[in-house]
Amino acid sequence: MTAATEQLAPSAPAVEENRAKRNLLPYFLLAPGVLWLVIFFLIPIITAVSASVQTGSLDEGFSLTWRWANYSDMFSTYNAEIVHSMIYSVACTVLCLALGYPLAYFIAFRGGRWKNLLMALVIAPAFTSFLIRTIAWETILSDHGWVTRVLVDTKATNVMVDLGLITNNHQLLNTPFSVVFGMVYNFLPFTVLPLYTSLEKIDPRLHEAGADLYGSGYKTWRYVTWPLSLPGVIAGTLLTFIPAVGDYINAYMLGSPNTQVIGQVIENEALRDQFGYPTASAMGVVLTAGTLLVVMLYVRKAGTEDLL
Amino acid sequence: MTNLDAGGDLRLVGLTKRFGAFTAVDNLDLTIPQGSFFALLGASGCGKTTTLRMVSGLEDPTAGRIYLGDADVTDTKPYKRPVNTVFQNYALFPHLDIFENVAFGLRRRGVKDVKKAVEDILALVELGHLAKRKPTQLSGGQQQRVAVARALINQPQVLLLDEPLGALDLKLRRQMQIELKRIQTEVGLTFVHVTHDQEEAMTMADTIAVMNAGGIEQMGSPEELYENPATTFVANFLGQSNLVAGSISGKDGDTVTVEAHGSRIALPAARSRVESGAAIIGVRPEKVHLVHGGQDAPAGHNVFTGGVVTDASFIGVSTQYLVKMPWGEELAVFEQNAGQEIFRPGSEVSLHWDPSQTFGLDGSQDIEAGAEIDDEAAA
Repeated sequence: MTAATEQLAPSAPAVEENRAKRNLLPYFLLAPGVLWLVIFFLIPIITAVSASVQTGSLDEGFSLTWRWANYSDMFSTYNAEIVHSMIYSVACTVLCLALGYPLAYFIAFRGGRWKNLLMALVIAPAFTSFLIRTIAWETILSDHGWVTRVLVDTKATNVMVDLGLITNNHQLLNTPFSVVFGMVYNFLPFTVLPLYTSLEKIDPRLHEAGADLYGSGYKTWRYVTWPLSLPGVIAGTLLTFIPAVGDYINAYMLGSPNTQVIGQVIENEALRDQFGYPTASAMGVVLTAGTLLVVMLYVRKAGTEDLL
Repeated sequence: MTNLDAGGDLRLVGLTKRFGAFTAVDNLDLTIPQGSFFALLGASGCGKTTTLRMVSGLEDPTAGRIYLGDADVTDTKPYKRPVNTVFQNYALFPHLDIFENVAFGLRRRGVKDVKKAVEDILALVELGHLAKRKPTQLSGGQQQRVAVARALINQPQVLLLDEPLGALDLKLRRQMQIELKRIQTEVGLTFVHVTHDQEEAMTMADTIAVMNAGGIEQMGSPEELYENPATTFVANFLGQSNLVAGSISGKDGDTVTVEAHGSRIALPAARSRVESGAAIIGVRPEKVHLVHGGQDAPAGHNVFTGGVVTDASFIGVSTQYLVKMPWGEELAVFEQNAGQEIFRPGSEVSLHWDPSQTFGLDGSQDIEAGAEIDDEAAA
């Protein structure tokens, strides 16, 4: 091909120049994206990793001393917060799936002409700021709010105490329950949207085929609908889990010092402790790497790389 | 497994389905004998698919009962009926390979060892070598055969086929028609086949029920329906017919005479659906022959004179003519190309045919019923 072009073209240098331009074009097009990633992703990561093994203070400045003990110190000091983050985000993801799947299923298969409206309603809360909505829940769930009063009056809070959801029978706020509740509320649309998309794509005739081939309602769901909706399940749970691990607004607004999560620790260490910079960085690195690891194992386990 | 030996006639009694104000199936009575290849033929919207869906249980009838042998299955859930469907667009499970698609029904009924059964049925439809493929990797014809295998493996008492060949091109359709007929003969199950394609119905079915507006217009063997249509709808929908309005002028023994546009047309009394009064006479285009306007037709033949050829299409085995008659109607004539003259448009001709090939219908019907629908279906 190259030889033929050179033979045929009388003005070889012009062609040569043209080709050179064409070969560079993809790089020009890529440049803004690459630059963006370098400045806002690669450099911060390197900075964070390097900061995590430094020592010093805000007044005297930090220097790179390769103090890996920052990591072990951080683990021993904040293991409770790490455990909280993991438990809350897993609980949030599982609850979002449990609530979101039936919801998405209903909208996709029973929604009829209301489908789009119903999906708009699922997304509608996002038009208000995340922060404001969480503050609103703080008010709704407060000790003197009607929700708490009704639950206390009906003795439902006693059951919740027995289940370990709350710590005393007259308060919903400042408990793991309220933190996870807020997270589920805030992240539910992230689960529902991809689920709805993959459920909606399923041909309803496949359900009829399942029923025709001796599949009861449950069996047809288990062997036809569920496997076909797996891409949505995986996408939805990832989109929920990843931000949920790092979330600290819900724990901050709806929780107490007993429900602190990694995000809060990072904030405290980085902004309020003059020696805390390296610790905050170490936690950030662990959070990122840990999330990545969990996601990789999950996708591997689901065996659905080709589904995504 | 289902019991194949139980008297497995499929009986529909007073079956009715209404969607709001629309009656899709209207008080249908039908018995389909065990082991037959039965076709429900009709245009879209005639209620044939709704009937099929009620038999499979995917649709609940508004009224009426469905019996399989002696068992009333009207209220049986679809997944408990010994009935399987080959869906219009196959509805194969995209996440399962061919083997698992075919094994689906057996597995859901808790059959442990499916390997042998699946391999046997895949061999029957000649797809054994594709067992590990996914449905999307197969051609239309192959997918169709998977759909048949997936239903047949359950040995249902009745196999329902919902326009199973609609998505295939013409050549493949012909091939699959023969294939399906072969499989049906081999396994001996009752096949109920829904189609709008009259040729498909005639090629495959032992018995055809022509459906129109939620009811059965006529039922019988393909030959019977073609040669002796009971209504103008059947005459027009199944093949092509020349229908001419007239009135009965006399009956002489086995022969009925009809006056139509100044011609006396004779037909066998056995083939006339009316005794007196207004009648419609019919004759199929391939039974009619042409002679030049001045020439005499063979003695004893029915004759219409004064026709003008408006269109002549030479299609190899035959030449198809449209002939405009003095009263304005256009009649169709298919002449075998066996050496006779080919008439050009504009030629003046007479039409003649053997009286025994004539059928007589009740003159009170719409003479064009079913004609336009057929054009639509053929398009």
